[in-house]
Amino acid sequence: MAIDMSTAKQQVVDFCNSKSKTKFYFNDFLKVFPDEKARDVKKVLTALVQEEVLEFWSSGSTTMYGLKGAGKQAHSEGED
Amino acid sequence: MAKHKTPLLDQLESGPWPSFVSDIKQEAEHRHANPDGIEYQIPVDVCDDLLGLLEMSYEDGETHWKHGGIVGVFGYGGGVIGRYCDQPQKFPGVAHFHTVRVAQPAGKYYSTEYLRKLMDLWDFRGSGLTNMHGATGDLVWLGTTTPQLEEIFWTLTHDLNTDLGGSGSNLRTPASCLGQSRCEYACYDTQSLNYAMTLEYQDELHRPAFPYKFKFKFDGCPNGCVASIARSDFSVIGTWKDDIKIDHDAVMGYVKGEFAPNAGAHSGRDWGKFDIEKEVVALCPTGCMSWDGSKLSIDNKECYRCMHCINTMPRALHIGDERGASIFVGAKAPILDGAQMGSLLVPFVPVEDPYDEVKEVVENLWDWWMEEGKNRERIGETIRRMSFQKMLEVTGIKADPRHVQEPRTNPYIFWKEEDVTGGWERDINEFRKRHQR
Ligand code: SF4
Ligand code: SF4
Repeated sequence: MAIDMSTAKQQVVDFCNSKSKTKFYFNDFLKVFPDEKARDVKKVLTALVQEEVLEFWSSGSTTMYGLKGAGKQAHSEGED
Repeated sequence: MAKHKTPLLDQLESGPWPSFVSDIKQEAEHRHANPDGIEYQIPVDVCDDLLGLLEMSYEDGETHWKHGGIVGVFGYGGGVIGRYCDQPQKFPGVAHFHTVRVAQPAGKYYSTEYLRKLMDLWDFRGSGLTNMHGATGDLVWLGTTTPQLEEIFWTLTHDLNTDLGGSGSNLRTPASCLGQSRCEYACYDTQSLNYAMTLEYQDELHRPAFPYKFKFKFDGCPNGCVASIARSDFSVIGTWKDDIKIDHDAVMGYVKGEFAPNAGAHSGRDWGKFDIEKEVVALCPTGCMSWDGSKLSIDNKECYRCMHCINTMPRALHIGDERGASIFVGAKAPILDGAQMGSLLVPFVPVEDPYDEVKEVVENLWDWWMEEGKNRERIGETIRRMSFQKMLEVTGIKADPRHVQEPRTNPYIFWKEEDVTGGWERDINEFRKRHQR
């Protein structure tokens, strides 16, 4: 990929912090890196999950990403 | 004595059909009796509280499960679905009630020893309640607590050589029919393809990055025992190119009543003497068979490979020798726009290890869908939104009459410049030689 991994990781964290919501679809991150391939963006997110910066949230049918510990359950019950 | 009174649930047991309520009550009693002396790692009354919570939902007319949650095993984005109840004080046994999806073996072959080991683990660290199998094919384990998840995962992977299945926006656990292991109709080795695709796409199975779920299913022939054409985004169905093989003596055997039609599958009732005209020839959907009283003929180029004649006279008719599969894309259950069957994308593909032809089609589809698919949009919906033609473009597959279901109803055609000889440019002087101003 064209950009450096650590810069990319920081961009993901900054993006999550800049929004009021706490859970994001994979697609939301593609917009942060418009020139990158989806598979490369996935590598950045996977690395952040491995480092326990991000975590998965799942309804069973869909999966979202969020900063670890952010928002807890409120989002899914429509309270944020 | 039941922990909670459940009159509404009890009523569900009154019908003639088997009841999940009776099953859960039976498991509740079994856990309290604990004849095997298991050191339960989650509350002993998990099943009682499940019934109590469900009764409360029936009284209130609304669910008391929260929506989804943040649980999983480390590094996996699927396989565990967080379930938390919103009345944990009243029903502490189901304060956490997470679902674990366990990958089923290809063709669902188990030994009883393996099933016992699975259940030993689940009785010890979970509720003991299962759903075998979920719609995707996994063994679904219903109800455990967060601290048990990593323990379950360790034992499954280390002692039972079994992985978690898929859930959420990722590749779901691939499923196949039992194929060549037992079935003479199998046109390719479904279990081998299932296994190869599962290993190849581990990242897609465990780390969700798709717009929504994606299912592979592999049927060895058009009988479709795993219903891939109706239930998978990417369905591979065995087929053949050459002629159906006919053993004329065996056909005569069926006509004379020496062999039971359908290998005896309909022998529970007397259907009268076998009538090849009525039961085989007349039911061929393409009308491509004929019977002259002594000889059966098939006009193979018209045959759909529907399997009807072969199923009826398996001893006399056999699939062809030039075997492979067709690939269908886009089936789904009715969340948006109703149910949809898969559309034929690749009419024939050889299915041989290392399966590069199949993998190439999948990867092109994913690249496109990951970029263009909307959130919570199945690939079948993306195809409908962006057109079948677009899918042909991204997969590099040439349009073929077999992609067309019926003649065109729209009289207009919009050509693209690259499709037209000479493009849009014209030599005006050449044109004026033939046309006055
Ligand atoms: S789908 Fe066909 S090949 Fe597979 S088990 Fe069923 S009948 Fe046999
Ligand atoms: S497989 Fe189906 S379409 Fe083909 S000849 Fe037999 S009945 Fe007819």
